Amino acid sequence: MASETSPRPADSLLDIQRTWWDRLAFIGRLLWRDKGGMLGLFLFLLVVFSAVFAPWIAPHDPLEQVMEDSKMPPAWSVGGSWEHLLGTDTLGRDIFSRIIYGSRVSLTVGFFGVLIAGTLGMIIGAIAGYLGGRVDSVITNTVNLVLSLPYLLFVVFIAAIFGRSLLNVILIFGITDAPIFARVTRGEVLKIRESGYVESARCAGASWARIVFDHIMPNLIGPLITLATFEMSAMIFYEAGLGFLGLSVPPSVPSWGNMLAAGRQYLTSYPWIATFPGVAIMITSLGMNLLGDWLRDVLDPRLRRARK
Amino acid sequence: MLRYFLIRLGQSLALMFGVLLLVFMMLRVTGDPAALMLPREASAAEIEAFRERMGFNRPIIVQFADFLSKAVVGDFGESLHFRTPAMTLVTQRLPATVELAATGLLFAVLIGVPIGMMGGLKPGSAADSLARLLALMGQSIPNFWLAMLMILFFGVQLRWFPTFGRGAWNSVVMPAFVLGLPVMGQIVRLTRSTVLEIRSEDFVRTAYSKGLEPPVIYLKHILRNASIPIISVIGVQFGYMLGGSIYIETIFAWPGMGQLLQLAIGWRDFPLVQAIAIFTSTVVIALNLLTDLVYAIIDPRIRYGF
Amino acid sequence: MAIILEVRDLKTRFYTVDGVVHAVNGVSFDLAKGETLAIVGESGSGKSVSVMSLLRLIPMPPGRIESGQALFYGSDGPKDLLRLSQKELRDIRGGAIGFVFQDPATSLNPILTVGEQIIEIITRHLHLSRHEARERALQLLASVGIPDPEVRLGCYPFQLSGGMRQRVMIAIAIACNPQIVIADEPTTALDVTVQAQIVELFKRLRQELGMALIWITHDLGIVAGLADRVMVMYGGRPAEVALVDELYDHPLHPYTIGLLGALPRLDVDESRRLVSIRGTPPDLMIPIQHCPFAWRCDYAFPRCWEEIPPLVEVRPKHMAACFFDIERGEPRHDGN
Repeated sequence: MASETSPRPADSLLDIQRTWWDRLAFIGRLLWRDKGGMLGLFLFLLVVFSAVFAPWIAPHDPLEQVMEDSKMPPAWSVGGSWEHLLGTDTLGRDIFSRIIYGSRVSLTVGFFGVLIAGTLGMIIGAIAGYLGGRVDSVITNTVNLVLSLPYLLFVVFIAAIFGRSLLNVILIFGITDAPIFARVTRGEVLKIRESGYVESARCAGASWARIVFDHIMPNLIGPLITLATFEMSAMIFYEAGLGFLGLSVPPSVPSWGNMLAAGRQYLTSYPWIATFPGVAIMITSLGMNLLGDWLRDVLDPRLRRARK
Repeated sequence: MLRYFLIRLGQSLALMFGVLLLVFMMLRVTGDPAALMLPREASAAEIEAFRERMGFNRPIIVQFADFLSKAVVGDFGESLHFRTPAMTLVTQRLPATVELAATGLLFAVLIGVPIGMMGGLKPGSAADSLARLLALMGQSIPNFWLAMLMILFFGVQLRWFPTFGRGAWNSVVMPAFVLGLPVMGQIVRLTRSTVLEIRSEDFVRTAYSKGLEPPVIYLKHILRNASIPIISVIGVQFGYMLGGSIYIETIFAWPGMGQLLQLAIGWRDFPLVQAIAIFTSTVVIALNLLTDLVYAIIDPRIRYGF
Repeated sequence: MAIILEVRDLKTRFYTVDGVVHAVNGVSFDLAKGETLAIVGESGSGKSVSVMSLLRLIPMPPGRIESGQALFYGSDGPKDLLRLSQKELRDIRGGAIGFVFQDPATSLNPILTVGEQIIEIITRHLHLSRHEARERALQLLASVGIPDPEVRLGCYPFQLSGGMRQRVMIAIAIACNPQIVIADEPTTALDVTVQAQIVELFKRLRQELGMALIWITHDLGIVAGLADRVMVMYGGRPAEVALVDELYDHPLHPYTIGLLGALPRLDVDESRRLVSIRGTPPDLMIPIQHCPFAWRCDYAFPRCWEEIPPLVEVRPKHMAACFFDIERGEPRHDGN
């Protein structure tokens, strides 16, 4: 039963649907069945929405310091006001607005970091998987060994050297996370190679470009998108961690990590400063992990049997 | 088996070399390591004097050779802040970090494996839902944030545990729990999926057909086979925890290598940072090697295959 | 002959995401002491599921044994296997009834030694000391024809060839002197030459130990030299049951005839083509109220589409579930 597991071009349930509307409706049904995925997508979109529309939905300027209003607790506590929903920090900045703006940093880091890591990793992995032999051997060993190092340590080390900037953070994550994408890509490419599928396509006269785009890419997309979702969630974590250590974006820029760092000193006196950024991180991460789980199930090429 | 071990050993040594090279290069990649290490207000004369003292003016190859030869004997220069040998400072802190990481790992395994296994054996049950929830939470909750919340609640409000420092036996509970939480999430998830896969394998059916008691089947047949990938992950995660304890140690003021690293970065004490990075990497590499060995002991196919 | 197993109207279904699979739809048969019954059918005929259901060795979350009775006349009186408690079930599995599965490569635990896998069933059912169990394991390995039992005892499954692994499985199955051995396609995964050896091994063991044997297969060729009686299954139901010679000489069910026609034979003119049965196996998700073979049958007539043909005795000790009288070439009309 080799055909059960060998990849074929774009053969998942998604592609059997006819029009775009059909596909959308189909995705809707899949989401409805899996409430977790639905929640994940909702949370994810919520965060994206805040990031994109931050200037319009944030009640205050995140950088504005109003000293008279500083150290205010959240609206529902004694001494709070609905003017500052989640309270203010020690410099009088509105926390709710800072959290909304902070999503920009997190999503930017996550998105571009994954973009770089994914592209780099995909190329390396594809080369290793396709060429095989010595090249593959060298690349695989390097990748495996690099992946066995304490990731966080090196990220921190490198960040300490290069200084605080958004670009640095993105580059660091992009490069250090590439090996994971490389490994997954290589695995998929090997599977495709071994299925003999590429050979038959070549015998039928398909050109290289055609093979790559029609046959190899569709099978890569599924696992890579799923991986990208999880890695993006991880990068948001790491950015917060770096911010916490004072190694992420400069302190003036509102980022969830910076806020955690700032809030730590006042944990016992003004706990809300550190609490809410963490909630934001948790919600984002939760959403992306749920989404990733759902994507993994949906994009699995083995879900090919037609349903009644 | 010997051949397998030797190959892995060789790879580990190659990796060590790679790490040394990487660390060496990283400190020089900005062009002027002296400027990196000195405070911004340092004068040009001070920078030049520093450069002379540290030997940054010599050709790169010479510097690297010197670095390597010293590294092999564990000499990583002096900490700029303490003015004592960097490596000694690091090794002094090792026991604390190991205690933390080991306890955290223990939590993660003792809670994670049984729950994951229950979930895998009875998918769709309450135990399974618990397993999946734990896995999700472990993955999604930023543990350094949780650490702060726990300090607030369990430490300050309830006064059950000390909020900082390494002292009485219960001072390790909160930090270890928080450190181990993401690992626990992963272990639950992996155990669950592995057990789920294995229980539908033919040899498990054979075990049932022999009329064996359920505990025997679960432990001797299912768990033992499942432990192969799990052990692999445990080894890697332990290494991770040794490197990632930086946040937890900082928050709980735990006197380990992680806290030292955070302080060193603050002081821009790069020789110390370098020493920590290299030492931690060495421990992790050694651990991975050990894991592979345990792996080979459990799975006879690896032992005899080579 | 004393009856050792009486199965009546067994029904098993699988409740899957895609629908309900009616795998076994009313299977009944008897097994006499020391008798070898072959259950023959194609993939999906329900032959494996029905027998595995007897001792609940099917995956029970999707699977459910809906109804039926399976009386086992063991050493302590008749018991209904389908209604045993878990503990009683465990006592019978491996103890009174042994199993040999199809693929020895996957049916043995890869990280336990062969010896360990045999000893564990011995210590479970026979109360021997570890040392005695080990001795017995060695004897068993020798009796299934494995050379160098001492060495092999400490080997892992991957170090053995397919044939040897299957012999180990057989050793496990007979380890506690069971009254019945159930073999589910034990030779399908092996090379042809090894197949013959394994069949010979079973014959020898059967003679030495006197156990009853249920042999499940899709290969009518193997059945001829081995079985006493044959039950042919189709669509989760028995199609025909008869003594082996009787079945080959006077097949009554069109499906059996089709199977026999598809067998290559040496004693027939070479120019005669192998006949394959037209059509495809039935979709077990659709519960039907007519003969399951009707779609593919050359002799189907209206009545075949209206009722399910019951399994009745047509010739002495020869049952068939068909409304058509093959021998006379016309629908049966004697009160069936």
